[in-house]
Amino acid sequence: MAHDGSPTPRLHDCRNAWVETLEALAAEDERIVAVVNDSTGSSKLGGFQKKFPDRLINVGIAEQLMVGVGAGLANGGRIPFVSAASCFLTGRSLEQVKADVAYANFNVKLVGQSSGVAYGELGATHHSIEDFAWLRPLTNITVIAPADAWETAEAVKWAAAHQGPVYLRLSRMPVPDLDIVGRVFTPGKAELVRSGEDVTVIACGTTVHLAAEAADRLADKGLSVRVLNMATINPLDEAAVLAAARETGAIVTVEEASVRGGLGGAVAELTAGECPVPVERLGFPGFVPTGSTEWLFEEYGLSVPGICAAVRKVLARVTA
Amino acid sequence: MTTKPETVELIREKALWMRRTAFGMVHKAQLGHPGGDFSAIDILATLYFGVMRYDADRPEWENRDRFIMSKGHATGALYTALCAAGYFPESWLQTYMQPRSMLNGHPNRNYLPGVETNTGPLGHGFPVATGIAIAGQLTGADYRTFVLTGDGEQQEGSNWEAAMTAGFRKLENLTLIIDRNRLQQGQSTEATSGMDPMDDKYRAFGFEVAMVDGHDIGALLEVLSASPRGRGKPLCVIANTVKGKGVSFMENQAKWHHGVPDDAQFAQAMEELV
Repeated sequence: MAHDGSPTPRLHDCRNAWVETLEALAAEDERIVAVVNDSTGSSKLGGFQKKFPDRLINVGIAEQLMVGVGAGLANGGRIPFVSAASCFLTGRSLEQVKADVAYANFNVKLVGQSSGVAYGELGATHHSIEDFAWLRPLTNITVIAPADAWETAEAVKWAAAHQGPVYLRLSRMPVPDLDIVGRVFTPGKAELVRSGEDVTVIACGTTVHLAAEAADRLADKGLSVRVLNMATINPLDEAAVLAAARETGAIVTVEEASVRGGLGGAVAELTAGECPVPVERLGFPGFVPTGSTEWLFEEYGLSVPGICAAVRKVLARVTA
Repeated sequence: MTTKPETVELIREKALWMRRTAFGMVHKAQLGHPGGDFSAIDILATLYFGVMRYDADRPEWENRDRFIMSKGHATGALYTALCAAGYFPESWLQTYMQPRSMLNGHPNRNYLPGVETNTGPLGHGFPVATGIAIAGQLTGADYRTFVLTGDGEQQEGSNWEAAMTAGFRKLENLTLIIDRNRLQQGQSTEATSGMDPMDDKYRAFGFEVAMVDGHDIGALLEVLSASPRGRGKPLCVIANTVKGKGVSFMENQAKWHHGVPDDAQFAQAMEELV
């Protein structure tokens, strides 16, 4: 049950939205191809493979080749979606992502699956919490971490239509649909999830619904908490961050990623230079222990109580 | 297949101009990789002036043959080839490695027409070329893709990832050329990480393999211009070359990997390159 007694919302694996959207787009545009590293199943691309067997290119367990092939397919006029576990896609082939995709500016869509700590029990080799920090300096890659199934579908559609490199950071962790009406997906723009004046929580991906729930809980205590869904990490919606700093005076960032160099890092870099306000960054401090995704979220404060505590902490810094 | 003598002569003239011009660029910039430029120049001249189908006025033409310079440091060879092929005016060569020049130390496709992908870190070109060849296989386009790697560069594991997939997918539209000058940056390839027999390695990966003298224009023309149709496998051309080819004091000297000439050395090279 949610805190107000309403029924617990249905949870969705956003990978379904990813593949359903990709298959629909591929049926309309033969240029769309998928490239995998023996990751057809974990990318949920089995249906795509059945429908378009020639257009599912499995290079085997060879991530450097996978990303290079993506660049080559783009050179040959295809629109490649290169899909693999994000820890390997961004880590093992980081130089290919830098040189072949970003620096060469090829129209390649990198799709990081099972990002963050989705593979919690498998340990830090399989956690992908560094990817934001690795990709943010590659300024021409648009980095998007969708918050729910709807946003995942919209991001896939936008990526296919956009001319240029994109990194979609997806998760297998089930999340509810955000309860916002009249949504329009605008890459590079923060989405207002909750209005508020006392403090702003900026979240992305799997943590946005937690931020919204935390805001509702704090509203019951008389706190007005703004919540922004910062789905696009790169380029950052600087106007929305600076407005939050000016108008609410304190910021909490929440991400299923390292607190170094990701969303929290980006917000801190910007506010330090343009509008210094207290910023609390929720995320992972570095390598984290083995444990289930749910346990790791609880342990590191990526939870409704954890976000509420971070809000109180940042507000205490304002009044101190 | 018979090669027209006038084609061989034209390629020789282009290669001579490329060597003289590239060394002039390196002399002026006091930067560059002339040893590897000179081992590769006959191969590039053969491709651009005897083998490949392209239109320098339409660098994005979708059915162009593609050439990927995976040993991206050999920009003296690549830039002079692209210039001679008509992609940009000769005056641009004078800016080689100057601040904000479009002629980087390593090629950038966003700066320079005719560059197919950005290279520099080794082991990148072959995977990208494999992707281009797969795109051609998917669409049925009849363009060919050529990629040139150094022999030391073959130590990068990404090449063998590409070799596995290219052989497995029978990419007959793909030609890998290895500039087998037997020297890497500091010493011989065989003293570093023994690479022979390279032909057996590529045969084992599903390639047709040809060994040629990489400075014999006629032999290069014959093997590179043969139609790939029906070959049923990718082609690997191991071009036996001489690092620093054409200048007596540079030949087979590892120090000329990124050595640069003083005025006297430059003058002597110009006397020899005729």
